[in-house]
Amino acid sequence: MWTYEKFLEYPVKIKKPNPKMATIVVAQYGGPDGELGASIRYLSQRFSMITPQAIATLNDIGTEELAHLEMVGSMVHQLLKGASIEEIEAAGASAYYVDHGRGVYPVSASGIPFNAGAFQSKGDPIVDLTENLAAEQKARATYEYLISVADDPDVIEPLKFLREREVVHYQRFGEALRIVQDHLQEPHLFIMPKTNFSK
Amino acid sequence: MLEGGTIMDAKMNKKELLKEITAVHFSLIDLHLYLNTHPTDQNALVSYNSLVTNARILKENYEKFYGPLSYGSYSPYPWQWINEPWPWECEANFKLCGEER
Repeated sequence: MWTYEKFLEYPVKIKKPNPKMATIVVAQYGGPDGELGASIRYLSQRFSMITPQAIATLNDIGTEELAHLEMVGSMVHQLLKGASIEEIEAAGASAYYVDHGRGVYPVSASGIPFNAGAFQSKGDPIVDLTENLAAEQKARATYEYLISVADDPDVIEPLKFLREREVVHYQRFGEALRIVQDHLQEPHLFIMPKTNFSK
Repeated sequence: MLEGGTIMDAKMNKKELLKEITAVHFSLIDLHLYLNTHPTDQNALVSYNSLVTNARILKENYEKFYGPLSYGSYSPYPWQWINEPWPWECEANFKLCGEER
């Protein structure tokens, strides 16, 4: 189960509304490489994971991603709060506004609602951990793209924190993969195992 | 990082205290993940356990003056959990550097 802590993992304090930035930061709320997908991916995969280390890693990173989801949602909220209709129109954020007002909705930057098709839970420990390494890299790249188009330090600071966490998670998943490979006595080779029908 | 003595002494500024709690809490999260894949790293475990104590003292001190931060904490009358601001509001958060608004 979970309990709630009534503070953010890292502060989000954006004083200046920016509707344009809101409609792209939302990518990490509900987009294909966002925090919602990351959390549900890891929390679903943990049921079929093996080794105590890798199970705990999925459980805890999946939990931390929920805290990141809250941070990104806070960013979108603060970027939209207090923005006038004129500012929203001028920023090209009318489409988001018509669908969601100043609310926070899980959608990609290109407007596609959250889709679980962007991730897998395959029931195979090696497959799932390999997917997670790619997932952390994709999220890191997304944060770097967001940082490259942001100009407000209040927006850039939390994005930098979130990017850094992707790097740490990538490291932990790499360690978990190595532990599972050792446990299964798999050779450390980047090859696919031979199946019965291909022998 | 604050000294153990000063934490307990007086009513600290709400944002300053929250900043300390956030910092210690983050260290706990990061060490937690590290220990999952390095369960026999005794130095890391010692650091983790000492931060647990630190986090408890800081949280108890905050909650005494500013209401509960999590489930399982005491609340004065009336029920303080519903008090605003919630964490996603600008005014609930502390500034990273420079003066507090």
